[in-house]
Amino acid sequence: METDYAIIGGGVVGLSVAWGLLRRGRTVTVLDGDDGSFRASRGNFGLVWVQSKGMNQPRYAQWSQQSAAIWADFAQEVSGNTGKSIPLEQNGGYDFHFSEETLEETVAKYEILKAQLGGDYPYEVLGHNALRKEEPHIGPKVVGAILHYQDGHANPLKLLVALAADVRRMGGRVLTGKTVTEVTKPDGFRITCADGTTVTSGKVVLSAGLGAAQLGPKMGFKAPVRPQRGQVLITEKLPKLINRPSLIARQVDEGGIQIGATNEEVGLDDRVTQPGLSGLAAKAIAAYPALARAQLVRSWGALRILSPDGLPIYQESPDMPGAYLVTCHSGITLAAAHARLLPDWLEGTDAAPDLEVFSETRFTVS
Amino acid sequence: MLMKRDLAIIGAGPAGMAAAALAAELGLSVTVLDEQPRAGGQIYRDVDRASPARGTILGADYTDGRRLTEELRRSGVDHITSAVVWAIEDAFRISYTREGRGAQVEADRVLLATGALERPMPIPGWTLPGVMTAGAGQILLKQSGVAARGSVLVGAGPLLYLIAAQMVRAGTPPAAMIETQTLGDMIRALRHVGGALRGWPYMAKGLKMLAEIKRAKVPRYTGATQIAVEGEGKAEAVTFTHNGRKQRIPCETVFLHHGVVPNTQAARSLGVSHIWDAPQAAFAPVLDAWGESDAAGVFIAGDGAGIGGAKAAEYAGQLAALKIAAETNRLSTQDRDRKAAPLRRALAGELAVRPFLDAAYPPFDAALTPADSTVICRCEEVTAGDIRSYAKLGCLGPNQTKAFGRAGMGPCQGRYCGLTVTALLADANGQSADETGYYRIRPPLKPVTLSELAAMDETTQDAAE
Amino acid sequence: MKPASPFLELESAPRVDVTWDGTALSLPEGANLAAALLAAGVKVFRHTPVSGAPRAPFCMMGACFDCLIEIDGVTRQACMLEVTEGMAITRPQEMGAHANET
Ligand SMILES: Cc1cc2nc3c(=O)[nH]c(=O)nc-3n(C[C@H](O)[C@H](O)[C@H](O)COP(=O)(O)OP(=O)(O)OC[C@H]3O[C@@H](n4cnc5c(N)ncnc54)[C@H](O)[C@@H]3O)c2cc1C
Ligand SMILES: Cc1cc2nc3c(=O)[nH]c(=O)nc-3n(C[C@H](O)[C@H](O)[C@H](O)COP(=O)(O)OP(=O)(O)OC[C@H]3O[C@@H](n4cnc5c(N)ncnc54)[C@H](O)[C@@H]3O)c2cc1C
Ligand code: FES
Repeated sequence: METDYAIIGGGVVGLSVAWGLLRRGRTVTVLDGDDGSFRASRGNFGLVWVQSKGMNQPRYAQWSQQSAAIWADFAQEVSGNTGKSIPLEQNGGYDFHFSEETLEETVAKYEILKAQLGGDYPYEVLGHNALRKEEPHIGPKVVGAILHYQDGHANPLKLLVALAADVRRMGGRVLTGKTVTEVTKPDGFRITCADGTTVTSGKVVLSAGLGAAQLGPKMGFKAPVRPQRGQVLITEKLPKLINRPSLIARQVDEGGIQIGATNEEVGLDDRVTQPGLSGLAAKAIAAYPALARAQLVRSWGALRILSPDGLPIYQESPDMPGAYLVTCHSGITLAAAHARLLPDWLEGTDAAPDLEVFSETRFTVS
Repeated sequence: MLMKRDLAIIGAGPAGMAAAALAAELGLSVTVLDEQPRAGGQIYRDVDRASPARGTILGADYTDGRRLTEELRRSGVDHITSAVVWAIEDAFRISYTREGRGAQVEADRVLLATGALERPMPIPGWTLPGVMTAGAGQILLKQSGVAARGSVLVGAGPLLYLIAAQMVRAGTPPAAMIETQTLGDMIRALRHVGGALRGWPYMAKGLKMLAEIKRAKVPRYTGATQIAVEGEGKAEAVTFTHNGRKQRIPCETVFLHHGVVPNTQAARSLGVSHIWDAPQAAFAPVLDAWGESDAAGVFIAGDGAGIGGAKAAEYAGQLAALKIAAETNRLSTQDRDRKAAPLRRALAGELAVRPFLDAAYPPFDAALTPADSTVICRCEEVTAGDIRSYAKLGCLGPNQTKAFGRAGMGPCQGRYCGLTVTALLADANGQSADETGYYRIRPPLKPVTLSELAAMDETTQDAAE
Repeated sequence: MKPASPFLELESAPRVDVTWDGTALSLPEGANLAAALLAAGVKVFRHTPVSGAPRAPFCMMGACFDCLIEIDGVTRQACMLEVTEGMAITRPQEMGAHANET
């Protein structure tokens, strides 16, 4: 066996898992696609986010909270190892509301979740004036916001490059430009790539993002993931304008204002569109009128990897024991959990987190 | 209501102007958009406004452009000036900015005539104030009648001599020309001398310019290496090695040039396939003999299709117009082919000299794959060494290094780092330029304010009222 | 006094008053703004938001974005503008570390 684990997919999910396994002394080979593959890991919004997650599944809210709580420590370790900084701010984040009704509805739901979580859901409702004290540039149309103290944001690209560097530093083998086409289990696993490369391994993690939709069924998974497009805007670098991030806009560590994101069911189409950009621009200006004068420098579309209920999938293959499907819709938020907590589950130790609610059995049609 | 045209042309240089005039003559409705306030493109920049004195400095090849601007005017084509095109979508809706407001044009076909950019020339110190492209020096002359005193020209290529000669005529001869081509390049170029002789008028003009430069006693250093610009906060001198000796020439203005390359931004944003053109050392779009690309309805003519110069641009623009006219039943295919035949002959004549020029004045090697400490992405200040380190982290292509190190993320959108990043990665990974690829280009092709974008948003506008 | 400029105006044109970072300048009406500022002796147009490095026009054709300046709170390319009476031009309010140096 060449390697303990073969990781298919070198996005933030695959690299986080690889990092965690290497840290436990496992040997790891990561296989990643080419320059043109769909990569959510480099097109996302960079939020390390808790609020609004798991409204119907408290375990997901909790899993996000667990990850957010250890994120800073995880980032510090990776950047300490590599000398590459991973900017992170966890001073809370907003959900803005343009009407009293939606604000009240949301608060009502948060209260239910808060009770389910035993009260661990630290948020506060800010009316317009209170919000203005926190965010002097907020516009008059914003009636209020929910400020959740467990929310924050990071630079997801710097996380990606630091993880890539640290995985190599720890001896991980990373093969890029490899599209895995087949996985068999004659004895151990045998992974075959489009260019003829093969790798043999003791275990396999399928963390190929949207690529799991094709490979998954061949490995005994349902892998019901679909793409959902998000268009994102970024402005020129500006002086400080926004303090805390929200789902509408955040100011990144380099100074640009990132504005996001659309939710569009358009299949494997990651283009940006003028109507998409215009809609986002209008919303951002409604939140922060000063943005009207900012120049949009760049925009992109990226594809979210969504399961039918939006929750992560953690599943060992019933047909090929030792093969695991790991996929989620918030891979930045969950990076710390995937790096620090998931390896115990893959290794089957006593410390393994309980991930039963995230198994594929929930997709069984009765 | 949007105007719907048979044809929209982006760029009012020789390719765009010639195509527009012919297409209109053949009965097509045409809109031309160009971000410049007046027609002309790069070669004929502001030709209609230039004073007679300026015309003398710039020469007859420049003032000849009035023929095209005049034809464009006479054709009655709708020419939207100062229109910065930032998105082309959905066969085809073209979004542009004019005087701070967003607007759109619709057309069944588009002709991209967006011309060339100067090849990026990353040498140490190239970001200092006072360092410009040679083309910029020429634009200062053409558009503004502004000339630099005591400048130093660095690089290689016929355009460098043209600009030097124009500066001599302006009474501001360069202090020196530091040239990167070698005798070996010239010997290799002699293989193509047959073509060069067919392009004899160009050779004769070239020799005349060299004579003008010599008469003005401009010192020339050929085969220069280890070129760098020095200065604290601004350019103060150029240093280089010539015949084994270190040299230093003090100057406040440095003009860099080692060729022009197709500006492929708009074409790439439309998904047009590009391939590496080794003799020109640049990517060029894949086109049929009429300039139509593999993206349906997208035509490309002029230097944006591969460097051929102003006259070639004009003929290529007309060929594209002929095919579009035939496709829209304005012209029979027989007439199309009959009209195309002399254009093709003239085009071949124009292109005959290119292989000789490409070989005689190759790009400066040290600026194709610069030393580690040289900044290659001017916007995000990424160095060649950074790109090499990302290759070691497994980056095979420019889209991965963009995510890892921001090269190509700034407002120029990779125009002045794209080819360098491809070259560095190809070199580091032992791959070809085609295997390495190029940045994915997306709208906005040029920055646009959020208020302009928002003003185009129908849904929230209604909601807000 | 007008700062020394290596750039020479070959022709004369009617002038209009503008301000550059608060100082009065008289520039040729209708001229390209970047060219006019260079000829008026402006050497540094802006400082980069990344390292604070000084920059000035590089391409003069709207491609490099090194000539950025600010007018009415909007960042613009000086090489794509023409001089008009009363223009109030400033260095861009980017987050550059040294935004106030000359
Ligand atoms: C617009 C948008 C905004 C988002 N915002 C946030 C946010 O604010 N916070 C947050 O936590 N999350 C956010 N996300 C989600 C987050 O980006 C994803 O959850 C995360 O990037 C998924 O990582 P991944 O590694 O699973 O997938 P990817 O990054 O898509 O990586 C999959 C990798 O697998 C490789 N691959 C695919 N098929 C194969 C194959 N057959 N063989 C070999 N390799 C293969 C590909 O090359 C690719 O590199 C956002 C997503 C989008 C699209
Ligand atoms: C700076 C420079 C100077 C040159 N000088 C000479 C010279 O003196 N002599 C010579 O023989 N050759 C010169 N060349 C070579 C030149 O490329 C060709 O001679 C010729 O101009 C090519 O014609 P064209 O029609 O293909 O494109 P161009 O003449 O380059 O015209 C392209 C037009 O497209 C417009 N454009 C581009 N993008 C957009 C957009 N997004 N929105 C709106 N408009 C857009 C530009 O404003 C430009 O006017 C020069 C090239 C450069 C880059
Ligand atoms: S000088 Fe390059 S964009 Fe203005």
